[in-house]
Amino acid sequence: MSLRVIKSSFLTLLQDYGRYGYQHVGLTHSGPLDEHAYLWANRLLDNHYNAAQLEISYGVFAAEFLEDSVIALCGADLRATLGGKSITPWQTYNIKRGDIIEFASPKHGLRAYLAIKGGFKVTETLSSVAAVVRENLGGLNGDGSKVSPGDQIVYEKKAHQMTSRVPEKFIPAYSSSITLRFVPNISVSSAGLDAQAVFQNTPYEVTQNIDRMGYRLSGEPIQVPLEGIVSQGISVGSIQLPKDGQPIVLMKDRQTMGGYPLLGCVTAIDLPLLAQSSPGTKVKFRAVDIDDVESELVIYKKFFNVAA
Amino acid sequence: MDIVRLSENTVIILFEQTINHDNFTIINRITHTIKNTLSDVVIDMIPSYASIHITFNLVKISGLEFKAMLKKAIAESEVRAIEKTKEKIIEIPVYYGSEVALDLSYIAQKANLTEPEVIDIHASKIYDVYAIGFAPGFAYLGNVDDAIACPRKQTPRDKVAKGSLGIADQQTAIYPASSPGGWQIIGRTPLQLIDYSSDALTQFSTGDKVKFNPISKPDFLAMGGVL
Repeated sequence: MSLRVIKSSFLTLLQDYGRYGYQHVGLTHSGPLDEHAYLWANRLLDNHYNAAQLEISYGVFAAEFLEDSVIALCGADLRATLGGKSITPWQTYNIKRGDIIEFASPKHGLRAYLAIKGGFKVTETLSSVAAVVRENLGGLNGDGSKVSPGDQIVYEKKAHQMTSRVPEKFIPAYSSSITLRFVPNISVSSAGLDAQAVFQNTPYEVTQNIDRMGYRLSGEPIQVPLEGIVSQGISVGSIQLPKDGQPIVLMKDRQTMGGYPLLGCVTAIDLPLLAQSSPGTKVKFRAVDIDDVESELVIYKKFFNVAA
Repeated sequence: MDIVRLSENTVIILFEQTINHDNFTIINRITHTIKNTLSDVVIDMIPSYASIHITFNLVKISGLEFKAMLKKAIAESEVRAIEKTKEKIIEIPVYYGSEVALDLSYIAQKANLTEPEVIDIHASKIYDVYAIGFAPGFAYLGNVDDAIACPRKQTPRDKVAKGSLGIADQQTAIYPASSPGGWQIIGRTPLQLIDYSSDALTQFSTGDKVKFNPISKPDFLAMGGVL
């Protein structure tokens, strides 16, 4: 049976952990913008880490469950209701056939993750269901489409009930002022030590220019010593410094290559905080040692049973 | 050559930061060696003009260990350098007619050549696939003859048609799908350059050789080309 979409106005996408192994042909990794919330939603349901979910950005989404199951809701609080009653993220809810879930507008954060017991059953295109609108790839029909009214997204009926929630200490605040740790770039492609020093001491604001490819920030412009670099592969979280001196943090749907000087790379564990930040959010950056954040990420991946 | 860790699970191998054929040969060789020897820990690779970007599996191996394995693989690839892989030349039909070659007259004027001369120079060379990126299947080919090399347009076009062949400085490339773009457009291919339903996905791989064959308008249309 399936989830029948009634309303979907902004950006709701099917996402799994991402499309890996295709960067050499120019395909992006995609996957959940807030990996932390996504992984918790699957963990709460004992799903495989790669199980497909809905990433609901900004709200204005409604759907009816056509069969009993259990869902987990994590990430942003988009003023969701289930059967007319308010529900909050970071926990599971038992679903009865005919229940309607509705998301209104952002209260905290921007992107909510709706996972279902066993995951949504969607045919993979190139080893993933991750929908990339720009690449016409993935999603319900394999063509990168957003989720839209009338779509029926299949899941398996699950009769048993469960209640499980994320411990309070793991729930992020999605504050209006965040600090992101980053690994400084020490290569020839770096924007340079002077630029990195200014960068760390500059308060930034998230601009209106944010999407699944990248987040543009604004602050006191940094003088760029070199105009560009020889185009090279780009890691998720990379902080580019284009000619205007305003940094761009690259997200899951980034292009595979880029030619702007680099300041560094936001840590994988901190990047979800930016993904949930709305325009106007204050951002500060703090340089960290790669070995420290590496071991932290290994523990994190093992905790969520992520295989890669 | 330098191996630099960029993030928890990515590294980049950096070569001399120029676009030249020596880099191309070395990068090709090392990319193949890594693919053949480290595939159990490598998740993704992006070879480019002067670098190879690698995502590795942090759950299986630490950054330090991976860097050591890379060094070893690179050293081994130098030993194997003699084994030359068979060179394949991919031929791409191109219609260079004025209704699709939007910037051909501009390039000809700038280069002080006639339009047929520009076409002849462009189509007589065999190009190397230096990198793939920007968009799925978008292959950066080089090097364009100095005589017809031309910078990108000051203001990019909002929409460049699918299959368009362009020049930017000494690079030439085809847009596999319609997209905004600033390259100087000199022709159009009727071929499908990205196909998600085919096993190969793209016509090109980094390291391939490419030649453009001029075709007539009727041939272009007969091959499924759209004006």
